[in-house]
Amino acid sequence: MSVKSIIISEINDVASEQNKIVAPLRDDLPLLDSGLDSLCFAILVSRLEDKLGIDPFTASDEVYFRVAFGDLVKFYEDAAK
Amino acid sequence: MPRNSSASLLDGLARRITLCSGDLPAEYFAPIAAAASAELIVTDREAEAFPGLDLPRVACGLPVAPREAPPRHCSTEWLLLTSGTTGVPKLVMHSLEGLTGAIAAVQGREERIVWATFYDMRRYGGLQIFLAASWARVRWFCRALLSPSPTTCCASRAGVTHLSGTPSHWRRALMSPAAGAIAPRYVRLSGEIADQALLDNLKRVYPRAAIGHAYASTEAGVGFEVTDGLEGFPASYLAREGDVRMKVVNGSLRIRSSRTASRYVGREDGAVADAEGFVDTGDMLELRGDRYYFVGRRGGIINVGGLKVHPEEVEAIINRQEGVRMSLVKARRNPITGAIIVADVVLTDEASAKLSGDDDRGIRKQILSTCRDQLPAHKVPASIRIVASLDVAEAGKLARNA
Repeated sequence: MSVKSIIISEINDVASEQNKIVAPLRDDLPLLDSGLDSLCFAILVSRLEDKLGIDPFTASDEVYFRVAFGDLVKFYEDAAK
Repeated sequence: MPRNSSASLLDGLARRITLCSGDLPAEYFAPIAAAASAELIVTDREAEAFPGLDLPRVACGLPVAPREAPPRHCSTEWLLLTSGTTGVPKLVMHSLEGLTGAIAAVQGREERIVWATFYDMRRYGGLQIFLAASWARVRWFCRALLSPSPTTCCASRAGVTHLSGTPSHWRRALMSPAAGAIAPRYVRLSGEIADQALLDNLKRVYPRAAIGHAYASTEAGVGFEVTDGLEGFPASYLAREGDVRMKVVNGSLRIRSSRTASRYVGREDGAVADAEGFVDTGDMLELRGDRYYFVGRRGGIINVGGLKVHPEEVEAIINRQEGVRMSLVKARRNPITGAIIVADVVLTDEASAKLSGDDDRGIRKQILSTCRDQLPAHKVPASIRIVASLDVAEAGKLARNA
């Protein structure tokens, strides 16, 4: 499974658990409009660390969150390389 | 107290006795000896085991030969070490009367009592039983039940009737095939929160035993015991008159009794209690209906995006579920919320046997889904890991900072 498809599958899992409706995950979708709240993102990052073995937020010095869904995917893809 | 008891052999012999358990790091010996003004070490270890400690050493070992009790010439200060998580443990001073009061009350007038305990006898929980040797036959230190596959069961051979330990001790004991080999009349839990799942389990395995969970800590001593088979304690306890007084201030339990420690030794501020004699236990309570429930330690709170979580309250929900033996909830750092909680879960043998191969997705999903039904979102673990066992520290409590 690609990094992107893992992220999509985890987002769908988290959203259904938290009773959120996810917007279609296009690359330019702003994460703030994705339908996920900050707790959902916190869970997502934690699960992706389990799945992919990386937490790019902690590994990098950048503290700000990615703006769009495509940026988030790229952030993880780069870290996974 | 009878003259032939182990307690009277020791009490009155020395002005002060400091008990150090076997797992105490060697670098703590010197500061503890200094704080306690120790003059002599009694040990079964070689002198090299005490680096930087220039004190006379009295070697001892098994078997200990019985001898005439020497005359008492002073009252002994019993110093116990706190089971703090980091740094040099604090020294907490007790008297013999304070240490033995609660166990004396349990013993009652029963004809033949054989006590056993999972506790290390140098800790508060074990020392009480050890000192109670004056009233009953006592086997302290019953580790056989705690090993995963004991070949013999010393508790059953000794005919143990009364058995004490922490909830973590008991969860491990229930996993042992030897658990069914004993038939205690009295089961006692203390030192950690006794949750309903464990109390129910003990009742099932030992249907004829009286099961009591006692509130006790090294500083506060034994506060009270709950024997109605339910977790928590009736709110009416706060109104009880008598030797033990309790109150709740800012959510934490405060206790005043003759069994609380008298002071810390070797510290500038030696006060254990406040001006009114109440010890702040740091154990947080929640009132639900007419009962108080322990939700965790004040220092153990996890902050999830500004919302508080006590690991113990989540563990209580997880432990209640079918197929779960015990669990450990802990914080994992998180870039979004600062921290998020995750859980390690030990399954019962039956539940483990039902797993197809290594696939534990089903049960993890089921546990999480029940958590979501019963807890607010920030208290639900982000993920659950099924593990074979959880570490229990020497003091018998779940190792929380591992």
